[in-house]
Amino acid sequence: MQTALSLRLAHRIGPLPLKLAGAAILALLLAMPALHVWTDPASSLHVSAYTLTLVGKILCYAIVALAMDLVWGYTGLLSLGHGLFFALGGYGMGMYLMRAIGHDGNYQSELPDFMVFLDWKTLPWFWQGSEHLAWALCLAVGVPGLLALVFGWLAFRSRIKGVYFSIMTQALTYAAMLLFFRNETGFGGNNGFTDFKRILGYGIAAPGTRATLFLLTVLLLVAALAAGFWLVNSKFGRILTAIRDAESRLMFCGYNPLYYKLFIWVASAMLCGLAGALYVPQVGIINPGEMSPANSIEIAIWVAVGGRGSLIGPVLGAGFINAAKSWFTVAFPEYWLFFLGGLFIATTLFLPRGLLGLLRRHKEKA
Amino acid sequence: MQLFKPLLLLLLLYSGLVAASPLTELAHADPADRAGLITQWTVQADGPRRQAVAALEEGRLFTSADGNHVLLQGTDGKLSDVDNGQPVAGDAASLDALPVNNSVRSALEAFHAAGDLADPDRSKRLSAIQALQDSANPGLLPLLLSRQQQEQDSQVRQALHMASARLQLASPDAAQRLSAIHTLADSADPATLSLLAPLTVAASEPEASVRAAASQAMADIKSSQWRYNMLGYAFSGISLGSVLLLAALGLAITYGLLGVINMAHGEMLMIGAYASYVVQNLFRSWWPGAFDAYLLAALPVAFAVTFVIGMALERLIIRHLYGRPLETLLATWGISLMLIQAVRMLFGAQNVEVANPSWLSGGWEITPALTLPYNRLAIIAFVAGVLVLTWLLLNKTRLGLFVRAVTQNRRMADSVGVPTGKVDMLAFGLGSGIAGLGGVALSQIGNVGPELGQGYIVDSFMVVVLGGVGQLAGTVTGAMGLGIVNKILEPSLGAVLGKILILGFIILFIQKRPQGLFALKGRVLD
Amino acid sequence: MMSVTTSQAVQRESWDGDTPASGRLLQPGLDVTHGQILYLDDISVSFDGFRALNRLSLSIGVGELRCIIGPNGAGKTTMMDVITGKTRADSGSAFFGQTINLAQHSEAEIAQLGIGRKFQKPTVFEAMTVQENLELALAGPRSVWASLRARLTGQQRDRIDELLTLIRLGEQRARQAGLLSHGQKQWLEIGMLLAQQPQLLLLDEPVAGMTDAETEKTAELLLTLKGRHSLMVVEHDMDFIASIAGKVTVLAEGAVLAEGTLAQVQADERVIEVYLGR
Repeated sequence: MQTALSLRLAHRIGPLPLKLAGAAILALLLAMPALHVWTDPASSLHVSAYTLTLVGKILCYAIVALAMDLVWGYTGLLSLGHGLFFALGGYGMGMYLMRAIGHDGNYQSELPDFMVFLDWKTLPWFWQGSEHLAWALCLAVGVPGLLALVFGWLAFRSRIKGVYFSIMTQALTYAAMLLFFRNETGFGGNNGFTDFKRILGYGIAAPGTRATLFLLTVLLLVAALAAGFWLVNSKFGRILTAIRDAESRLMFCGYNPLYYKLFIWVASAMLCGLAGALYVPQVGIINPGEMSPANSIEIAIWVAVGGRGSLIGPVLGAGFINAAKSWFTVAFPEYWLFFLGGLFIATTLFLPRGLLGLLRRHKEKA
Repeated sequence: MQLFKPLLLLLLLYSGLVAASPLTELAHADPADRAGLITQWTVQADGPRRQAVAALEEGRLFTSADGNHVLLQGTDGKLSDVDNGQPVAGDAASLDALPVNNSVRSALEAFHAAGDLADPDRSKRLSAIQALQDSANPGLLPLLLSRQQQEQDSQVRQALHMASARLQLASPDAAQRLSAIHTLADSADPATLSLLAPLTVAASEPEASVRAAASQAMADIKSSQWRYNMLGYAFSGISLGSVLLLAALGLAITYGLLGVINMAHGEMLMIGAYASYVVQNLFRSWWPGAFDAYLLAALPVAFAVTFVIGMALERLIIRHLYGRPLETLLATWGISLMLIQAVRMLFGAQNVEVANPSWLSGGWEITPALTLPYNRLAIIAFVAGVLVLTWLLLNKTRLGLFVRAVTQNRRMADSVGVPTGKVDMLAFGLGSGIAGLGGVALSQIGNVGPELGQGYIVDSFMVVVLGGVGQLAGTVTGAMGLGIVNKILEPSLGAVLGKILILGFIILFIQKRPQGLFALKGRVLD
Repeated sequence: MMSVTTSQAVQRESWDGDTPASGRLLQPGLDVTHGQILYLDDISVSFDGFRALNRLSLSIGVGELRCIIGPNGAGKTTMMDVITGKTRADSGSAFFGQTINLAQHSEAEIAQLGIGRKFQKPTVFEAMTVQENLELALAGPRSVWASLRARLTGQQRDRIDELLTLIRLGEQRARQAGLLSHGQKQWLEIGMLLAQQPQLLLLDEPVAGMTDAETEKTAELLLTLKGRHSLMVVEHDMDFIASIAGKVTVLAEGAVLAEGTLAQVQADERVIEVYLGR
């Protein structure tokens, strides 16, 4: 079964050079944590904590981009609020990490520091149980899923689509950001969660922990890709494209698009939540800035640059843009926004199918 | 002390009989009565009394070392006995000055204020009245009543009337208290509530009819206070709504026309605001005398700049993305990022300072409870003007006819010879230009920084969603509705929860009316 | 009224599947005891003051092929919108068979009940192949869960082959639908309609943009369908109508103006008036 699936994947991924490149990248990604843990820091093969964190972060973004592509590239629903689901997942995990600090915070209290600072005496009800990682993960997946379910049901039921849907999702993440900025909301306000110490008893910055989290991220990405391939190649996937291309035709064929949209929308949100839950322990901070509309719209451009309506495209796009971002913000910080803005314009004007489309066109010409 | 008291009394009598000069009177008054004495004098102040009060106030009256005499320190620093004017040897520094306690101090304030009651400066008279009514000294009543006869200015007279009513509240005569309550009930000044409160309880007010009147008056004042609060919310709501309207008007036009959302629309607001900043600086360096007029010059400049930018955007980018609204949304977001960064590099990331011209500072005080700032009033009037112009443009000109035609049926308009390309470009320029004007208005009420537009973009989208497209009335209602509801929710829920509640409401609202408030219900062609 | 409809819809489109209810609703038991498959009574629809349908009453018999003609703006498309649930009537009632009130069902449910519709402008899923288009349209469960597990059965393959032959697209089965000619798209859409196995077909201008030869073939196809299905055809092409029609209904200003054979309505004074103007 395992081989069959991977064979089918390989078959779908495309021509041999691309397959080889994919395999090489996967091998490299799997080698990175090993090189981080088992090589001498002085050695030229050593992967530094910085690099590992950076790549881990980008992999999380790639998962989000993939989730985004399922709703935008395949179903035609441009969400400008996917950053919210990602951040909610991050907050879910962050709650556990805050509790795991225990008495080692600045105030040596049972409560997280920010609660002591606000003079709270007891944990709010929604923090109950967050000392268990399993429950925190349930929150990290369940809360984005539930929110997506409610919002999606209301939006799809009243047949909101196109730019209307986009701006409603943008308003949603904007409202959530304002809410999380408040101290009284109970999630650390402006500063969010940070200064984590440990996860399941292991030091959060220990090489072993970093390597494990990184590996988990790689696995989640591969699993998400596999699930994505299966999904878009099923009849379900074809119905999604049908919704994108001719929704009313589909309705008159007897399908109710509501449930299909809702299914993929909720699944996408839950995947984002998982990505967020892996992102926070690696990066070490989560704050309401992650919910800003600008962050969410950036996700869309990862997908667009990579090539929407394909599964590898968004992963490529997220990798390319975020690598460019880390280079730019060090080398020419003031020109990053020009580059990003230019990318938005150039992609939409000249690369409707993204980088992947460019590769394919090149291949077709050759 | 017991021993001295009769003696002092004798002395006082004696001196009163012999000289009865205000100074001796004040000097020998029992410390507890001094405030009352000053109040008495306040009603009829004359030269000697003023001098006596001044001496007390300036700390030039001392008790002699043996405690039996009161000594006055002259302007030359020499001491003399107030009773006979005989110089007395001694050093003032070693003596205790006559005490000025709180009640004396407030009596002194009232005394001075009374002097100002006849001052030719109207504002001085008003503040004097304020001081007198704050003294809450019923002894001052005759003074206020007599001034009321002489006062020419109606507003000052009204203030005197209110002040005397407040003082009458403490009158022993129940009828006077009653009439005072009636006067105060009309005032709607929230400050009177605490004055009336004691008159509603039996412990401090024996007369039942007065108690009833006081309760009634308090209820009246509270309800009028509520009305003014509501008016205040409505005003700030309308003012917020008019700002939103300026931000959303152009957006609604371009969305209705092209079906695209221009994410760089907020940046047009920002550029408009920076245009007024630049014009302001030019005026400051070249025509400082005409500084107050800079705002008027900024309007055409802001409009022209954003109009040109808008047309350029349409020509260079948006035109190539027609039929792909989601891509347009992303491309215009890219434009907005670049514009923000460009402004940041030109003007710095910090907020810049844009001053109100003098004719926009201050406000119009309708009642003590409600003041309308001039800059907000000006914006409302300005928005109304822009709205009328836009309406005329859309409904009375050929361009407007074309815009409406293209909005309703692009293909049909195209085939009957409407130059749709040109109409798109001009309409986009117009929408951006209106946002530029909005930016000038925003520069008068808030901070001007590179992120200015980002704060308005979500709200103005909500206006468009709520109001529907293709109808000015929808946009106006949407903007005003959002503004007012926002301001009404704000005091009880806080700004953030209010906003979230509104978003929830909008989501529920479009369940019922997906096309917005005013959209035409037409046959949708697939 | 609306909320009842919604909860019914939710029940029917349940997440878990191929319960009988989610497949071919009621079709075998459609009550047509009075010989009528569609019954419109006194239907009015207005858009912002414009009356698109004005107390329209019309009925279609089982197995009948009915042509609807009328000048532009007569309400033909709006009538189809009302039947298929896209537009709700302001007043009046629409019944499918004797018992099913169409006003209580959504577009998707009405399609599942057995009413298929072809649009004026041919709409197919352009990114998919011809075969995939037909696969999607094939009668069968419509739930999310079923779509995740769907595999083509041999029976379904045969059905697709059969349809491909019928609509003469056998050669094009692996081609992207977006690359087909206009007439071929029309046929594909008709094929998709047939794949749904509807009892009533609504065809909005099925021969628009077809060559004469294609039109002729389409007329043949419709005549073979007649009897097995009930059909309602809206057309402007009088020759085409002459080649297929038994009974013709003329709509004008949202109401039925005349009904009868083509020759009868063509001789009707009022019909001539609305077509030529007064």
